[in-house]
Amino acid sequence: MNWHSLQDFLAMGGYGLYVWGSFSVVFGLMMLEVWALGRREREVRAAVSSHDNEGAA
Amino acid sequence: MDQPYYSTANGARRRLTVFTFASPRNFYHLAGRLIPWFTALGVLAGLAGLAIGLLFAPTDFQQGDAYRIIFVHVPAAWMSMLVYMAMAGWAGFGLAYHTGVSSIMASALAPTGALFTFLALWTGALWGKPTWGAWWVWDARLTSELILLFLYLGFMGLHASIADPRRADRAAAVLALVGAVNIPIIYFSVYWWNTLHQGPSVTLGNAPTMAPAMLAAMLLMVAAFWCYGIAVALRRARCIVLERHGSAAWLRRRTK
Repeated sequence: MNWHSLQDFLAMGGYGLYVWGSFSVVFGLMMLEVWALGRREREVRAAVSSHDNEGAA
Repeated sequence: MDQPYYSTANGARRRLTVFTFASPRNFYHLAGRLIPWFTALGVLAGLAGLAIGLLFAPTDFQQGDAYRIIFVHVPAAWMSMLVYMAMAGWAGFGLAYHTGVSSIMASALAPTGALFTFLALWTGALWGKPTWGAWWVWDARLTSELILLFLYLGFMGLHASIADPRRADRAAAVLALVGAVNIPIIYFSVYWWNTLHQGPSVTLGNAPTMAPAMLAAMLLMVAAFWCYGIAVALRRARCIVLERHGSAAWLRRRTK
């Protein structure tokens, strides 16, 4: 382990703002992309199944 | 000699050729089977890379702990170029062989490539400030990476502006292929011009100059970003298949 305490870890040797600003935006935007894809998937599945119901009626 | 076979969604055996997965039906099925594997591999590699990179890798003697940005910056930057090459390749293949699924793969890769490019620029700015003293400089590496972002946005914008998807595929493919000239410019910019940006941290054929824990963390993060990119692009490609071929009977059966 490179760190002595949690504060030490969060401070990142004085570069906390830059390090955490990078990691949080990277993983935040990745999660946002996955969430947006899930929404798109649900929408298109709903559209396909409603198309199907129109065909059956 | 035995020909290789592929089992389709309904269990039928089909001869496996280069064009087997040019069928939207086979592609949709294969992508659905691959996504969980790439997701699992990506999460595992990402967690391992983050643990080693943030908890165990030693502090750099020149850059202090600011260097840890490398663990997201380098994978994002590599992927921004690789995804572009894959996107232009699929787009070109679709243009040459009229394989709709190839063009769908190109469209599916574009937003993820744009995201990686933005992340490379963002993390680069946050790394540049403490090490160079500037968020941004109009330097060859940074400028060509910014042009890459505009190429992705141009590809998506052009595609979205043409109503007929197959015509849009062809127009966007030409843009993607012409823009591919920017990729070697980004890669070699640090050799061709005087630049603030440091040279590559890892090159094929040379012994790595990083501490083993740093290298391990970086390679794990690269693997994680690869898996993320593949899983997300395949998932988006499945959405596009549904959007374009949603009225086909085989799809309506599969989405019930």
